[in-house]
Amino acid sequence: MRLKTQKRLNQPIWLEIAIPVGGLVMAFLVSGVFLTAMGVSPMEAYREMYYSAFGDSYGLSECMVKAIPLAMAAIAVTLSFKMLIWNIGAEGQIFMGAIAAAAAARYFPSDNHVLMLFSMGSLAILAGGLWAAFAGYLKARWNVNEIITTLMMNYIAIHLMDYFVYGPWRDPASLGFPMTAPFPQSARLMEMGWGRVHSGIILAAILIFMAWWVFKMTRWGYEIRVIGENPKAATFAGIDYVKNVVVVMFISGAIAGLAGMTEVAGLQGRLQHGFSGGFGYTAIIVAWLSRLNPIAIALVAFLMGGLLVGGESLQIVMGLPIASTLVVQGCILFFILAGEFFRRYRIVIAKEDV
Amino acid sequence: MEILIPILAAAVRSGTPILYATLGEIITEKSGVMNLGLEGLMLLGALSGFAVTSATGSPWLGVAAAFVVGAFFSLFHAIVCVSLGGNQVVSGLALTMLGTGVTAILGRNYVGQLISGFSRIPVPFLSDIPVIGPIFFNHDPLVYLSYGLVLFLCWFLWRTKSGLNLRAVGDNPRAADSLGLSVVAIRYVYTMIGGGIVAIGGAYLSVSYSHMWTEGMSAGRGWIAVALVIFAIWNPARAAFGSYLFGGVEACQLRIQAAGTNISAPILLMLPYILTITVLLVISIRKGKGILFGAPASLGTPFYREER
Repeated sequence: MRLKTQKRLNQPIWLEIAIPVGGLVMAFLVSGVFLTAMGVSPMEAYREMYYSAFGDSYGLSECMVKAIPLAMAAIAVTLSFKMLIWNIGAEGQIFMGAIAAAAAARYFPSDNHVLMLFSMGSLAILAGGLWAAFAGYLKARWNVNEIITTLMMNYIAIHLMDYFVYGPWRDPASLGFPMTAPFPQSARLMEMGWGRVHSGIILAAILIFMAWWVFKMTRWGYEIRVIGENPKAATFAGIDYVKNVVVVMFISGAIAGLAGMTEVAGLQGRLQHGFSGGFGYTAIIVAWLSRLNPIAIALVAFLMGGLLVGGESLQIVMGLPIASTLVVQGCILFFILAGEFFRRYRIVIAKEDV
Repeated sequence: MEILIPILAAAVRSGTPILYATLGEIITEKSGVMNLGLEGLMLLGALSGFAVTSATGSPWLGVAAAFVVGAFFSLFHAIVCVSLGGNQVVSGLALTMLGTGVTAILGRNYVGQLISGFSRIPVPFLSDIPVIGPIFFNHDPLVYLSYGLVLFLCWFLWRTKSGLNLRAVGDNPRAADSLGLSVVAIRYVYTMIGGGIVAIGGAYLSVSYSHMWTEGMSAGRGWIAVALVIFAIWNPARAAFGSYLFGGVEACQLRIQAAGTNISAPILLMLPYILTITVLLVISIRKGKGILFGAPASLGTPFYREER
């Protein structure tokens, strides 16, 4: 008996579910081997992760808290990925949004809740958007590799934030911790009465719906996909490549910036060193697992939020570093990529050689 | 000149890990595979190099271990990208996450330890040459090994049959295939060798440079190396020049900090990243004018024998 690969002529629907589920299962199996090698029982670790995330209402609310920035950042990178522009810089754009929001709370404080949130949001949109649009312009105008520029700008944004929280914006009352003073109450997002879930959830839902609508219903969404599939053809069809790349990158960065603002205004109430635990990178996995489908992003962001919550409890209960979830995340990505192969090919038993 | 020599010598030292990473990525990319997992590979190399040196007392065994571990993890990238035709950008990110996570967990017990590692061995006679001697020939053996690697790769890529085959596979896999070369096998081999060399760059950080392990100690050098490959137009000699340029920035940055200026540390730490973007921009503008070339033509595209 010999196995060989054969090209699929059509793609059965069940693959849409089987590939991500298979990828997740394989990722947990391989991470389990790794955990065993570390002397940690994988069954125990996974049970702990599952119950801390999905076991009770508080766990579920924590998943939702993580899902808010994850979903927003995933929508952000999806926009650019659709155009085959590799915006790996959501992390930096999240930081820029958070810095801008903190600047608004610091320099234009207002007792009016709506006014305060409006100025924080606008500045966050501007900061995240411009941060990404800069890389987009370099890409569109001179074909500067956007993977590298957006990544480098992540590091710059993180250091910029450190500059502020270690330097001019440090709260004198923080006992030396790198953080700003707490925001005034008017600069905080409303709580939804479910754990720490804040009104950023509404913003995330609106953004998911808008992304779905743009891609499904609008001419512009169609143009983005055309540019992604064939930039030359798009140019011949009269679509302005440079303008579209810059605009899409601006919006992409703006959404990530808003994610940063909701994180500081909704959850933490101040700007502090290392406030985003790599949401911008995890969002890439969320987007990829969802196959760039905005509706799927909502679900996947929630599940991935569960992974992060579970990872945090592993740290507390079993003393594993928080980066353990990165192992699982990396494995998931690898297996999903490997699984894509089966979307195009199937394995058949070869007939005996004639 | 008196002040400049120590800075230039420090530039060579600081540039060496980036140089290894850049050289590794050049060979991988020459075969047509783009590996963006350098950051993860460097961390894996740094930790395995540190752990083996710490256990055996031999830094050379540490370097060898780093090479093997780097090659092993690059194998996953090769399977996904060469055999299964997966997306190379995403696979590279996966490798970075995996490397960061694995080293964070396994490295916990090594934090705070010091090893003796490599020490400085001036080259007899050569180190006595004024200016050049102290800058280039008063370092540890891993630095000298990197000089050898640059020379070897320049010779290998353009003067040997195997080098020709490697370039053929990266530039025109279909033609290479019709000449009887195994595109898949060659891409596997050079992805793994390249990954191993990248990991040596990581090992340099822990075994030669700082003599200790810290979580995430590559600090973006892997990504800078990806940019340097473009700057170097896939040429090992230019890669050395570029790496020492970045090493120089790092050396100056440390000196400015040590001198105690008013410029705050985070601002100084931004410099290498700003320089990367600037360098890339300049290169891209010149490339747009058709002045530079050298990118493997099939970089990033999987090869399927049965498809046209």
